[in-house]
Amino acid sequence: MAKITYVEFGGNEHVVDVPNGLTVMEGARDNGIPGIEADCGGACACSTCHVYVDPAWVEKLPHRDAMEEDMLDFAYEPDPVRSRLTCRLKVSDALEGLKVFMPEKQI
Amino acid sequence: MGGIVIVGAGQAGASLAAKLRTLGHDGAITMIGEEAAPPYQRPPLSKGYLLGEMELDRIYLRSSSYWQEQMVTLKLGAQVAAIDRTAKTVRVDAETIPYDQLALTTGSRPHRLPAAVGGDLRGVYTVRTLADIDAMAPEFEAGRKLLIVGGGYIGLEAAAVGAKLGLDVTLIEMAPRILHRVAAPETSDYFRKVHDDHGVKILENTGLDRLTGEARVSGAVLSDGSHIETDFVIVGVGITPATQLAEEAGLAIENGIRTDEFGRTSDPAVWAAGDCASFPHRDGRIRLESVGNAIDQAEVVAANMLGAGKAYQAKPWFWSDQFDVKLQIAGLNTGYDRIVTRPGEGDAVSFWYYRGYTLLALDAMNDARAYMIGKRLIEAGMSPDPAIIADPAADLKPLLRP
Repeated sequence: MAKITYVEFGGNEHVVDVPNGLTVMEGARDNGIPGIEADCGGACACSTCHVYVDPAWVEKLPHRDAMEEDMLDFAYEPDPVRSRLTCRLKVSDALEGLKVFMPEKQI
Repeated sequence: MGGIVIVGAGQAGASLAAKLRTLGHDGAITMIGEEAAPPYQRPPLSKGYLLGEMELDRIYLRSSSYWQEQMVTLKLGAQVAAIDRTAKTVRVDAETIPYDQLALTTGSRPHRLPAAVGGDLRGVYTVRTLADIDAMAPEFEAGRKLLIVGGGYIGLEAAAVGAKLGLDVTLIEMAPRILHRVAAPETSDYFRKVHDDHGVKILENTGLDRLTGEARVSGAVLSDGSHIETDFVIVGVGITPATQLAEEAGLAIENGIRTDEFGRTSDPAVWAAGDCASFPHRDGRIRLESVGNAIDQAEVVAANMLGAGKAYQAKPWFWSDQFDVKLQIAGLNTGYDRIVTRPGEGDAVSFWYYRGYTLLALDAMNDARAYMIGKRLIEAGMSPDPAIIADPAADLKPLLRP
């Protein structure tokens, strides 16, 4: 279980407990947090679960694989350092306190 | 106030209900689903879920508490008997539910084999619902023989799962090639090879004469007269929109429940979205069988139910996972007259569908980059010079600049 903070583009914060084994995307989906659409349900086939991770977390997360890298490259206003697809981020105790920020929109 | 009633609790119904709340609608919402399960995703059924790699709780579209928190009344395992458009009510079992506005997100049903050719034998399955998959999952034991009827995406995905789990898989396709209806020969060739490499036996130009067996299927006679043994059968020969309820209610039907560009049916108080709905597109009318369409169309309908007056612009996209290949498709390839091949790195490749110089669609295999660029181009109505697409050294990203 990890406490994860999702910050909407407008600044609205949602702090939720996400069980280990789920993805950060699924944590948002299960709690109906707006701003993470996840149209493909986590198959890395769209790019609508894009977020910017808090700068403090960039180095602590597992690196992007080539697929994620490519999908992100065409997400809405990706940040070369902070952008991630939340469907690629598996929740474990190590993610306790993770904070992610939504882009203005998902495309 | 009768509120909003949604018939169908699949991807479209769930997206519609959730969007109504996101847009601030605070009236009553009732969602009625035939299946006992709360709204869930279908794509993993023929992939991760069937493989046993994705658990049930990850299939659900929302947590169990979500619908309650959002005050969406779920009536599950419930059959809608009839819609009374004059009284504006829906009859469910013994109950009559009034509505101000009604949304039909009834989805589609898989074609089944007729009983005359053995379609009612035990051990014959279709891939549509969670119950379908739960029923067939115990059959997936290494060494057993699986016959798949139909070489579309569902059949191929099931074949991939079977082969991965060590089954002896044969797939028959009546048409001259797999994916005949939905993809170019190049894409068919690609997937034929992938399946061949993994030991799936693909027989094209081969129909099913009949299934054989007493009570339970044990074999099949194929169109060439040969007989093969099988332990179970999966039928993936297409789906048909679930329009019966709409038809009985007297709504206009045209390859699905007919809607205008806003998602409204021939009755202004009734809307439709998802697999079951046919809507205007370019010069004609289409129906799309995809998650992307179910979500986007349902969300537009939700907005329009609240008065947005927004026309639905379909941006078709699909994907399929087979073995270690991720196929991503953007656009609709109907009417293409040439294929431009773009080699990617390693085993990646993409096939771009053109009509003349107009880019219509692309199939990208393990090439997310090509897919994302192609999708953007198609959505923007841009058609790059095929010579650039065909040149693997050409960077496509600059093409996106208007």
